[in-house]
Amino acid sequence: MSTAATERAADAAASAPQPLTMAGALNAALRDAMEADDRVVVYGEDVGPLGGVFRVTDGLQARFGDERVWDSPLAESGIVGTAVGMAMYGLRPVVEMQFDAFSYPAFEQIVSHVAKMRNRTKGHVSLPMVIRIPCAGAIGGVEHHSDSSEAYWAATPGLTVVMPSNPADAYSMLREAIESDDPVVFMEPKSRYWSKATLELPVRTEPMDRAQVVREGSDVTLIGYGPTVRTALDAAAAAEAEGLSIEVVDLRSLSPFDDETVGASVRKTSRAAVIHEAAQFGGYGAEVAARLTERNFFHLAAPILRITGWDIPYPSPKLEEHHLPTPDRVLDALASWEWDLA
Amino acid sequence: MSLNVEHHETRVLPSEKPLRLLDNAGHALHGRETGGFELPPVETLLELYRRMVIARRFDVQVTALTKQGRLATYPSAYGQEACEIGVISAITADDWFFPTYRDSIALLTRGLAPAEILQSFRGDWHNGWDQHAHRTASMATPLATQALHAVGLAHAARLRRDPIVTLTYLGDGATSEGDAHEAFNFAAVWQTPTVFLVQNNQFAISTPLARQTHATTLADKAVGYGMPGYHVDGNDIAAMYAVASAAVERARSGGGPTLIEGLTYRIESHTNSDDPTRYRQQRDVEHWKRRDPIERLEKYLVSEGALTDVVRAEIGEAAEELAARTRDAMSEEPQLDPLELFDHVYATPRAALAEQRAALEAELAAHAAHVAHAGAAGVPAR
Repeated sequence: MSTAATERAADAAASAPQPLTMAGALNAALRDAMEADDRVVVYGEDVGPLGGVFRVTDGLQARFGDERVWDSPLAESGIVGTAVGMAMYGLRPVVEMQFDAFSYPAFEQIVSHVAKMRNRTKGHVSLPMVIRIPCAGAIGGVEHHSDSSEAYWAATPGLTVVMPSNPADAYSMLREAIESDDPVVFMEPKSRYWSKATLELPVRTEPMDRAQVVREGSDVTLIGYGPTVRTALDAAAAAEAEGLSIEVVDLRSLSPFDDETVGASVRKTSRAAVIHEAAQFGGYGAEVAARLTERNFFHLAAPILRITGWDIPYPSPKLEEHHLPTPDRVLDALASWEWDLA
Repeated sequence: MSLNVEHHETRVLPSEKPLRLLDNAGHALHGRETGGFELPPVETLLELYRRMVIARRFDVQVTALTKQGRLATYPSAYGQEACEIGVISAITADDWFFPTYRDSIALLTRGLAPAEILQSFRGDWHNGWDQHAHRTASMATPLATQALHAVGLAHAARLRRDPIVTLTYLGDGATSEGDAHEAFNFAAVWQTPTVFLVQNNQFAISTPLARQTHATTLADKAVGYGMPGYHVDGNDIAAMYAVASAAVERARSGGGPTLIEGLTYRIESHTNSDDPTRYRQQRDVEHWKRRDPIERLEKYLVSEGALTDVVRAEIGEAAEELAARTRDAMSEEPQLDPLELFDHVYATPRAALAEQRAALEAELAAHAAHVAHAGAAGVPAR
């Protein structure tokens, strides 16, 4: 077969319903976005021939050439800072931070420039760019490879912050993030990279600013995002055996927060708990609990709980299981309410 | 990357003695000191002189307005006119400029109106001018961050095969920042058409150069990145313009980035809010005042017969006209709409921001009603 024919065959194989990992879905989203819009460029550390340390950019350089996909010098502030200039000139850069804690050198560029550019220039400059951040733990990573930095980004006006929890959303939300005229911090839960779903591409799920009820229930709303949606679903399945009906909401978008969907669920169940891997103090769960309480206090039968990592730096791989919220810990927390189910 | 060009020989250290084309008495120099650069034509120098005189009048006027409380703050570039004007004059209207907060007079030369340049210092809005219309980015306050934007934009233009150059200004203090390093490195690796001007005015607020760097010159840093660096007398606009023009030409023709250090001095304080007598000697200030960039060029132009009394009067009039325009612009109270606060945060509308906008609107309406009521009751409105 010719190269083009091989590519066509590969494309057909890719779009037919088949089990796809989240990493594969993200890869397909990048490929399709680059195919659809020649303004999209992809760069970062090791995203070229290696295809990224998680292979999310696998094959893109071979397909699109090194003027659209390239390895940058190892410098996160440089990666984000140059993307600002590229977006100003009309490109739509998608840059990778490789690991969560490696994004911190880019903090200033993201917070002081990416988030504020549109505002400080009175709308004259939009920055349509995506900053991909593989995030969170449970992959046995050593120090600085398992942070949950979402609260920093979500607390920054001007940024859109999203985190998919499954392959279909990963594909759909990344396409949408790239199409957005606002800068998007796109967080990818590493522990879910290898989760699979059978998908027909291109798949479009709910708009990325909407939360989604991923399991119906009547007694409690469990609110998770990214890696903790799985935790919530596992807890719900276990609780079912105990006669407790748990609804699970996948936030998908951390900023903006979908008050409507989450609020409706909380008013329905009258009890809610939010689950995240990041530390509790000042964490994203505090915002969730506060705003849901402000808007729904008289519908609540109990205080909103937070089930989170401890208030400690992320631990070493052999101890991370003691840090991460587990379904058991979720169920124990729910049991702390003084239930009056009668 | 395939955009890479041949590797240029860039290992020659910049001269320790700054390059000059005119000495302090305004005499044209020849030989080693000029680094092989040629004195620009006298009509070019006369235009640069004109720009410097007007820029200084603007700077002095704005400093005065700041002292009168019309502006919240103003970082003066008095004494740095040769760097500010010489280098910006080397790029075209199609090129892009990435300034810092001290570069108001370069923005003036770039064609921005006084009200646009000063809006952030007066406190109207951060940087609301049309960046694309002026091909001029916002003034950056965090140090060296804008240098990366300049590199990124240059790279994007190159990917598009647009023959534009990006120019960014940094101070001596900014060279200590990580982003300066990253910008120099990215520019050199990607061979972007970028010119970096480091205006070494010898103080970062109060911290002197010796506490900022141990390098012999700031231009030396270029060598480590694999790009040419030039250590230039920053009070000699002929040299600044000639070196910058060569750097812009090299960038435009695919020769990659250049770092230019202009060695100069900040005559005024960092901003109106600091006290320079705490950290520097008045005799140093006097020494540098005797090396004034405008006077130096003036001596040359007079000796060449290019600067006549007629021309001088014409330039003076233009400067006074601008000063008057600046005073007028700053004495008008800006018309600001508080609700605009919410208009430029996101391109995609957000429900939560719409709610907050409505809340502020209600506050404003309540306040207006209160004022009207108090007025009707004969109570003086606050």
